[in-house]
Amino acid sequence: MTVLAHSPSMTVADRLKDGFSCAFIGLLLGIPMLGLTTVDEGGALRVMTRWPSLALFVGIVFVGRIVLQMIKQSFARRRASRPAKPRGAVEGSSRIQSIIGWGGLGLAAAMPIVFSDNRYVVDTATTVLIYVMLGWGLNVVVGLAGLLDLGYVAFYAVGAYTYALLSTQFGWGFWEALPVAGGVAASFGVILGWPTLRLRGDYLAIVTLGFGEIIRLILVNWTDFSGGPNGISSIPRPGLFGFTFSPPGSGTSIVEALGIDYAPTQRIVFLYYVILALALLTNLFVRSMRKLPTGRAWEAVREDEIACKAMGINVTNVKLAAFAIGAMLGGFAGVFFAARQGFISPESFTFSESAIILAIVVLGGMGSQMGVVLASLVLVLLPELGRDFAEYRMLLFGTAMVLIMVWRPGGILSHRAPTLVYVAPGEQA
Amino acid sequence: MAQAIQQLINGLTLGAVYGLIAIGYTMVYGIIGMINFAHGDIYMVSAFIAVTSFTLMAAFGVSSVPFALLAVLVVAIAFTSIYGWAVERIAYRPLRGSNRLAPLISAIGMSIFLQNMVQVTQGARVKPITPMLTDGFDLFREGTFTVRLFHSQVLIILVTVALMAAFTYLITRTSFGRQQRACEQDRTVTLILGYNVDRIISLTFMIGASLAAVAGVMVTVYYGVVDFFIGFVVGIKAFTAAVLGGIGSLPGAMLGGLIIGLIEAFWASYLSAEYKDVASFAILIMVLMFRPSGLLGRPEVEKV
Repeated sequence: MTVLAHSPSMTVADRLKDGFSCAFIGLLLGIPMLGLTTVDEGGALRVMTRWPSLALFVGIVFVGRIVLQMIKQSFARRRASRPAKPRGAVEGSSRIQSIIGWGGLGLAAAMPIVFSDNRYVVDTATTVLIYVMLGWGLNVVVGLAGLLDLGYVAFYAVGAYTYALLSTQFGWGFWEALPVAGGVAASFGVILGWPTLRLRGDYLAIVTLGFGEIIRLILVNWTDFSGGPNGISSIPRPGLFGFTFSPPGSGTSIVEALGIDYAPTQRIVFLYYVILALALLTNLFVRSMRKLPTGRAWEAVREDEIACKAMGINVTNVKLAAFAIGAMLGGFAGVFFAARQGFISPESFTFSESAIILAIVVLGGMGSQMGVVLASLVLVLLPELGRDFAEYRMLLFGTAMVLIMVWRPGGILSHRAPTLVYVAPGEQA
Repeated sequence: MAQAIQQLINGLTLGAVYGLIAIGYTMVYGIIGMINFAHGDIYMVSAFIAVTSFTLMAAFGVSSVPFALLAVLVVAIAFTSIYGWAVERIAYRPLRGSNRLAPLISAIGMSIFLQNMVQVTQGARVKPITPMLTDGFDLFREGTFTVRLFHSQVLIILVTVALMAAFTYLITRTSFGRQQRACEQDRTVTLILGYNVDRIISLTFMIGASLAAVAGVMVTVYYGVVDFFIGFVVGIKAFTAAVLGGIGSLPGAMLGGLIIGLIEAFWASYLSAEYKDVASFAILIMVLMFRPSGLLGRPEVEKV
């Protein structure tokens, strides 16, 4: 059972032995899942064997383990021979980040003009931006305040259903419903967070997981209220100052008012700019929150809760603020989602959606705004590349979450940079 | 009255299964202070191993049900405990001593991985096995309603009681049990005393996985169907049971499991079957609000 070997001088025999024991465990793990499977044959199951794929898997484990150990050791040796870098130098990277940030913003703003004929590209980009917005919202909760929320999709659902019901039942428009739905989602956050945020962080994770399921089960079963599994359809699209993006003839169409030709992609491009604006507002909001006392307290609570209590910070209120703001941003994203799809059902708000949003935050680097954008791009575009990717997408997410936690617990882009760094008098930053 | 007794039987059966899984949560929490989110999926993996082994048994012409059950139990326990070991070794051990969030996220990742791994390798569709132990005892009759105790229910309750006895002996009387409890109280001191803490933690995960494996085999026999998603809801319910009983307390986990099982059975039959899962989640939130240390647990004091 001892496959741990970290001594820098391993002989070839040691390496092989280490590789073999790993491969053996891989074999034992692989037999019941990869080696054997059951297929349904007219009501009765039959066992099917897949020895070649099992052999391939064991071979990969063997080679992979040996290569991994060699890489690890060469890293350890190099690290030992190099003097330790002084810590706390965060200024240099932020300049590059801001250049990349503005460049990315320029690209995002110009994108629909370049691809205005290509509906697919603009649609995909809109999906990416929805995830960016959700990621930024969850980042407040997970990345800044250090609270693990596994039911984030519940707030997304609350926002979406609030808008869907307000618009289809009471005729509300997108822009009036947006703040209301955000407020409703935030109050759900407060209702859920108030009793649980006083407890240890692990409990919050499982309570939010349960809450996400409760919301979904209610949406599925309370047919009179939410339409049940059939969902709510014909949700109105957002307009602009009372004009709609419908074909000319309705009297309120924007193409008539402006006297331009109608094109079906106009609405898609408009939706893209709406979500871009919402995402940018979210980003600005979160950035300025980080400079306020509450935002500073989030990071402090994440790093050391007991120290914060000793300093007189009301930890529960600080966490509650993060939780409610995260919920509100999720609610905004939900409103946009409902308006864009025109149809929502509980199918869109399952746990795996929460897991995807969490994966975006974790892979991008907790607390890093730029990382969320990169992770959303990768996670949305990867399944678009082909059906194979779509099938293995969640498998890859799970694997990536474990590996990133093991190798870089802060996430790919993050160095867990505090917004403020203390520099003693006479010292250079 | 007859219906109440029937629900009592069903609830106890369900509760025994939740209790077995809850022990895995509570033991791991006791020893390393983290929620093993992947535990529900370990249970799911064991149910799939059980389906494959039952089918293999049938293919080899084993017709004796007791022998087949015993063999499947042994196989499932053996393979599932390796899964339990591997999960700890790969996803949790490297993170020991890091910040609190990292192991939780790693556990979520492991849970997603296991679910999708099973979906990809075993297929997304529900797997039905040939029904077994479908006979039962007719206890008594009231009007048209007959109270029935199935053989599979007797089996589940008997196996759970036997396992609990063996498990209590293991923890309270054996050398390993003492090491395990020592680890729970203070890992550093246990290490100084010369015990292999890593090994104790690994064994704890393997024992938790074995109990989940027994639950997985039992459920496969009881319901006759499995799919890759069963670990999620059962995992949350078993965790609720562990919290209700007082996380870290072994008798508490069993008691919590029974209570959750009974509440679910009665809720489903008297109130609404659609909202039976909501009931368990609501209990979880209520317990955390009003009695976070659970029924048999001690209040937690956070040390600096």
